[in-house]
Order: sequence, then C-alpha cells, then structure tokens
Amino acid sequence: MSGVRLIVIGASAGAVQALLALLPALPPGFSLPVLVVVHVPPDRDNVLAPLLQAKCRLTVKEAEDKEPLVGGVIYFAPSDYHLLVEADGTLALSTDEPVNYSRPSIDVLFESAADAYGEGLVGVIMTGANHDGAAGLKAVLEAGGRAIVQDRAEAYATAMPDAALEACPTASTMTLDAIASYLSSLGTA
Amino acid sequence: MSEIEDLEIQLLLEALYQRYHYDFRHYARASIKRRLTQARSQLGFSSVSAMQDRVLHDPAMLPRLLGFLTVQVSEMFRDPSYFRALREKVVPHLRTYPSLKVWIAGCSSGEEVYSLAILFREEGLYDRTIFYATDINPEALAAAEAGVYALDRIRKFTENHQKSGGKSSLSDYYTAAYDRAAFDKSLRNRVVFSDHSLVTDAVFAEMHLISCRNVMIYFDRPLQDRAIGLFRESLTRKGFLGLGSKESLRFSAHAAAFSEFAAAEKIYQRREP
Repeated sequence: MSGVRLIVIGASAGAVQALLALLPALPPGFSLPVLVVVHVPPDRDNVLAPLLQAKCRLTVKEAEDKEPLVGGVIYFAPSDYHLLVEADGTLALSTDEPVNYSRPSIDVLFESAADAYGEGLVGVIMTGANHDGAAGLKAVLEAGGRAIVQDRAEAYATAMPDAALEACPTASTMTLDAIASYLSSLGTA
Repeated sequence: MSEIEDLEIQLLLEALYQRYHYDFRHYARASIKRRLTQARSQLGFSSVSAMQDRVLHDPAMLPRLLGFLTVQVSEMFRDPSYFRALREKVVPHLRTYPSLKVWIAGCSSGEEVYSLAILFREEGLYDRTIFYATDINPEALAAAEAGVYALDRIRKFTENHQKSGGKSSLSDYYTAAYDRAAFDKSLRNRVVFSDHSLVTDAVFAEMHLISCRNVMIYFDRPLQDRAIGLFRESLTRKGFLGLGSKESLRFSAHAAAFSEFAAAEKIYQRREP
C-alpha cells in the first residue's frame, strides 16, 4: 500500500497539452480521486472537463460544492471559483478573492488538501507562467505528502515549475511520461 | 501542529458565539481556516489563540475579524445569464402580483441589490416591490446602503449589465466623481437594509423571490439545510429561489419542496404544498 489517498494537480499556460498527455494515460481501475486546477479566464465556461472526458478512460467532471470525492474520478475546479477539500473528503467551492491573481488558485487547493490529507497526498505542479502553486506544494511537503514538478525541459512555460522547485528543492522532477507511470502505479497498487 | 490549530479554531468560533452571538461554528471548515489564517497573519498575531484572547477582551477587534470572516467579493450582474433568466422567465410571473417582496440574503456590499433594483426598474416592477437586503456584517450593510463603488469596477459592471439584457445604460444610475461611482438614491428608496443571520434568525416576511448566491457555499451541509428550510418557509406558494451558478439543491433535505425552474441558471420554484 502506497498510503496515497488523493492526487492534486496544478497547471496554467500550456496546461491543455500537458493534461492531454497525462490524464488519458491513467488506466481503467485507477482507484484514487484526482483534483485539477487550471487557470482559465473567469468568463469562459469550463470546456476542459468535456474536452478531457472525450480522451480519458476515467470519469472527468467539474467539481461541485459539497460533492463527496470518489476514487477514479478526475475533478476540475470550475472557472471563477476556488476549489478546496474538506477533512471529511468532500469538495468545497469559494468565491474568496483571487490568490496570486488567480481564481481558482492552485495554492488554495493544495493548502487545503495538505491540511485534510497530510501524508496521503501527492501534489503535481506542471507548466505555467506564474508562481501560483509554489506555496501550495510546500504545504504538501510540510504535511508529509509527496511533491512532483514537471521537468522544465519539456514544460511549455517554465515559471511555475521553477517557482515550485525553488520553494521545494526536495520535490521530484519528472517528465510527463514519468509522472503518468508514477501516478498509475499509485492508483493501481 | 495542524491538530492544535484546528482545536484553536474551534475554540475561537465558540468564543465568538458565546461572547458576541456571531455563529460561524457550522461554516465550511476549509474556507474558515484559510480566512482565519489570513486574519492571524495580517493582524499580526502569533497564534489563533492569541487572536481569541484579544477579541474576547477587546470588542473593537470584532469588526476587524468579521471583515476577514465574512469577506465577499461580488460584481453587479455577476453571471449575466442569471439576470437574463430572471428578466425573461421569472419577471412574467412576478408581473401577475400587485405587490412584490424580494429578499437578497447575504447581500454583502450591495452589488446584487442594485443589480436587481435596476432590473426591476427596467421591467417596470420597481415601484410595486419591497426589497430586503440582509447581511450579518454591519460594515458590509453600511457599504451596501451607501452604494458607492470604485470607478475601475464599473466597466465590468456595465459589460455584465448589457449581457444580462439591460434595457438602459448603467450610467443612467450613477454619478461618477473622482475615482468613485455613487448609485442613485432612487434605487434604494424601496430597499430595507437589515441585520439578519441565516444561522440564527427566523422568517420575517413572505417573499416572491429570494436571491442567495454564493453565500451557502460557505456553510456546512446541516447549516445549508437550515438556510434552505428558512427560504422554503419564507417563499410564497410558487415563489422563486435563485442560487449561485455552482450551487444546487440536489444534496439538500429540502430538494423535494422545490422544482427546477431555470436549471442552468440555478433558479428554483417552490412547489405547491
């Protein structure tokens, strides 16, 4: 048993291509819930969940307030809302002010997840052009969870992985392929 | 470490309730914790317990803490499709009543109050309506009653108003001076601003429309049920309840008492009893 109970992923610029490479690789029978924050403009309806659903073997949906987390489901934060996790394993939304100019913010998700899941959490920071997620990933590590940063060599935008690594020097750096097989092994253990 | 802080938060919320009758004990914990952590660091306390000590002994601390706990950021005509649905689908029903009561529950600094007042004026319903705008934060209520917003927010408000099917120009309703826009007094002469808590207070009038958007996402499930029960009792037969775009009655104990009226815009109608 890996002891991992939840995976959280954050990405910004270049997110769609990166997620299209990562999420469809998760195999049927994958047993963990996955939460994803991608920065999207507030006025845009969230097209990511339907887009990814068409390519993934797991269920992909937009997160709803008070929804209980289910293993093998990938949840996207809705645009213009923060996504948080409660200690009882339910999701929560908030319209609190943007963090790092972002709503949803990766830090908000990661910090609440670190608090609720502690060492049972894996946090993944991928491509992006700002530093949202760095403080969140640090919170994941401090709570005993595992931190992964996408290899900057293949990231579409490097500011976000760079900031995450600077905040978390002990995080593992991996390519998307390596992240996909690592997560798959956790979710099918 | 985290467990100690959880305990401190629980004790602080209990203290706020016992000392000042502000009841945040059933607010969704992840957001409350985030807000209190922010308050602790920005107000310069070393721990949540230290903050509790101060607020218990110094009532002047209360409004500052409330500012963090109840902060709400909204815009006029936020989610224009909601206001369009009110205009196109709900208003025709409301027209059939000789007089109307509308409750904006958790009105914060009033953006939605002015949005509805303008919409009702455009639809010719304003003069037969009484609006109740309620919140638990006295400073937010005062801001709502003042109706003054930063000028740099007006462009977004105007864009939203147009998208909502606005029949007039938003600039007809405010006066700009320096960097502020002051909304017209005539938009609030039929608005009652009042302190009311969805947590501890009761029904106060019979409503035709209740708008409570992005307020109950901060409540835990039992508290949500209490608030929705209050709305259910407050609504007239076939009255309307509008929620935030990511909220629903699906997980509520009162789900069966309502029907979906405009599903995508989260407008519900109370079923006949």
